[in-house]
Amino acid sequence: MNHTLKALVAALCLSSSAATLAAETLTIATVNNSDMIRMQKLSKTFEEQHPDIKLKWVVLEENVLRQRLTTDIATQGGQFDVLTIGMYEASLWGAKGWLEPMTNLPATYDLDDVFPSVREGLSAKGTLYALPFYAESSITYYRTDLFKDAGLEMPEHPTWEQIAGFAAKLNKPEQGQYGICLRGKAGWGENMALVTTVGNAFGARWFDEKWQPEFTGSEWKNALTFYVDTMNKYGPPGASSNGFNENLALFNSGKCGMWVDASVAGSFVTDKSQSKVADSVGFTYAPKQVTDKGASWLYSWALAIPTSSKAKDAAKTFSAWATSKEYGALVAEKDGVANVPPGTRASTYNQAYMSAAPFAKVTLESLKAADPTHPGVRPVPYVGIQLVTIPEFQGIGTQVGKLFAAALTGQMTVDQALTAAQASTVREMKRGGYPK
Amino acid sequence: MLTLKQSRRLQSVVVGTLSWAVALLIFFPIFWMILTSFKTEMDAIATPPQLFFAPTLENYLHINERSDYFSFAWNSVLISFSATVLSMLIAVPAAYSMAFHESRHTKRTLLWMLSTKMLPPVGVLMPIYLLCKSMGLLDSRIALIVIYTLINLPIVVWMVYTYFKDIPVDILEAARLDGATTFQEIGRVLLPIARGGLASTMLLSLILCWNEAFWSLNLTSSAAAPLTALVASYSSPEGLFWAKLSAVSTLACAPILIFGWISQKQLVRGLSFGAVK
Repeated sequence: MNHTLKALVAALCLSSSAATLAAETLTIATVNNSDMIRMQKLSKTFEEQHPDIKLKWVVLEENVLRQRLTTDIATQGGQFDVLTIGMYEASLWGAKGWLEPMTNLPATYDLDDVFPSVREGLSAKGTLYALPFYAESSITYYRTDLFKDAGLEMPEHPTWEQIAGFAAKLNKPEQGQYGICLRGKAGWGENMALVTTVGNAFGARWFDEKWQPEFTGSEWKNALTFYVDTMNKYGPPGASSNGFNENLALFNSGKCGMWVDASVAGSFVTDKSQSKVADSVGFTYAPKQVTDKGASWLYSWALAIPTSSKAKDAAKTFSAWATSKEYGALVAEKDGVANVPPGTRASTYNQAYMSAAPFAKVTLESLKAADPTHPGVRPVPYVGIQLVTIPEFQGIGTQVGKLFAAALTGQMTVDQALTAAQASTVREMKRGGYPK
Repeated sequence: MLTLKQSRRLQSVVVGTLSWAVALLIFFPIFWMILTSFKTEMDAIATPPQLFFAPTLENYLHINERSDYFSFAWNSVLISFSATVLSMLIAVPAAYSMAFHESRHTKRTLLWMLSTKMLPPVGVLMPIYLLCKSMGLLDSRIALIVIYTLINLPIVVWMVYTYFKDIPVDILEAARLDGATTFQEIGRVLLPIARGGLASTMLLSLILCWNEAFWSLNLTSSAAAPLTALVASYSSPEGLFWAKLSAVSTLACAPILIFGWISQKQLVRGLSFGAVK
């Protein structure tokens, strides 16, 4: 009896260890935002459907995630099987051969359903290197109640001049109400995302066709002067410290008459549990000026597989599932249709979604209009609307962002900031061997 | 004109009030963090800041649902205690030789050891990352234990050295005359006398290990990730997160705060019972 029991226990141990050995474990690095946390929560369904794949999550703040993934992929560390990356990394890392091409996807994936602009943004030399989880553009948020009280009407496609006019009328600092909130915090993904779209709208560009920076041109001067003047006159105090979250907090607490920022904020400003102004928010397109080309940005968080992964097939199975129509349907069923990851698939924008998400139409049209290969009125040698897809851009963008933030705080004049931006960009580009 | 007694009382009141003011100033961020952890995200960003509100446990429930807190906490405990013990095992003999068998290079060696703390950690990120990768130590507790031991060693050696220097050599010589070996001299005479100082050194090392975030974020992913990695995962570039971040920070601070609180009495007793102090 004793021997039988021992044999049974041994058999059980062996079978359980065999099962453990058979299961492949995927380590997924992702960013901490509501859509990704929802993916983590709903991924239990994936594990039930694929008992041979176990998922481990590493959730990080965006900047930490970027640094962490860059270190790992550049050294081929192989700590992660699925990476959450943006358009900037997807095309650069794909071109370097650090990412697995997203080929041989299941027939049900329907890649043609994914917006072409998003697909192109995640590709390098025509090869797709990441599957889009959600995508965003920039749009204008405004307070319908304040506009009504002031007798104002927001046009569908406002110009920056019109926006400044509205801001002047809505600006009541004595009541803690400011005309407009815009990003001011220095960083290539912070103030430079917004200021680059302002520059695009004013006809400016980062580089001419020969990779010569253009900050000393009249277009940049007009754009930066407008941005600095508007923010100093009608913006909240300490605007140079404000990024997305700070402005979201200001807008949600009723301190901003208008706000131009990522379309992903649409679900936050209309959520009554976190917004005091949820019932009085209007949505319209990002402001244009001399052109509407490049006036609103394009960004996407996407799932990619590093070539150093030891579980590439399982990683592709998961990436395809998390970015599929099936996943969208699961989100709609569990958390409501308004929470389906936006901006990647045409099929998402059905009648039910358009009714549930009041910002959906503006987002959809902005995404359709976005063209990273033509971000302004004049031709450019780079790809990207609010960024320039070259490895040097993180450093250059952040340096220029610091100078523009200094202009906002008054530490420098607009002319000084632009001259310094030109000098530092010329230096870095020469070092990178760009000007031809 | 104040009498001497009145003057002393006034001095005592002023010093007492100042001490309380400084203590409250230092404690205020911790108090505000704990308070915010019981707010909703809306209350957390309210202006003016709210002192009175309807408390909620939703942030703690969210953390419990999303993360395996105890796995991160266990890693923190294991890594911090192991690194502290390891650094003490190296520091005590090193400090003993420097304090009681001083050479003309001792001071310079101590200064050189301390100067290694001035190197920005990111300067050696790549070599250490590659070393860990080639040794298969990425996302392992061993890598963090070794690194924490090494980065805290200069401070630990320096502190133990200063405690040892306060002990008269005569006591050790008396032990030697009684026939004590070097190990007996350290184990039976030196360590009991310096236990207060050693305890405070260990506590400092423990706190430094517990709070270290650069290496833990860069070298771990899931299996060996300590509480600092958990806290970092609740910061967000898009969306409101202050209340959740406060809740997870409270949970991360709680064990070391409680430990510090408990060991505070032992520390004071250890220091006041010392043969020399």
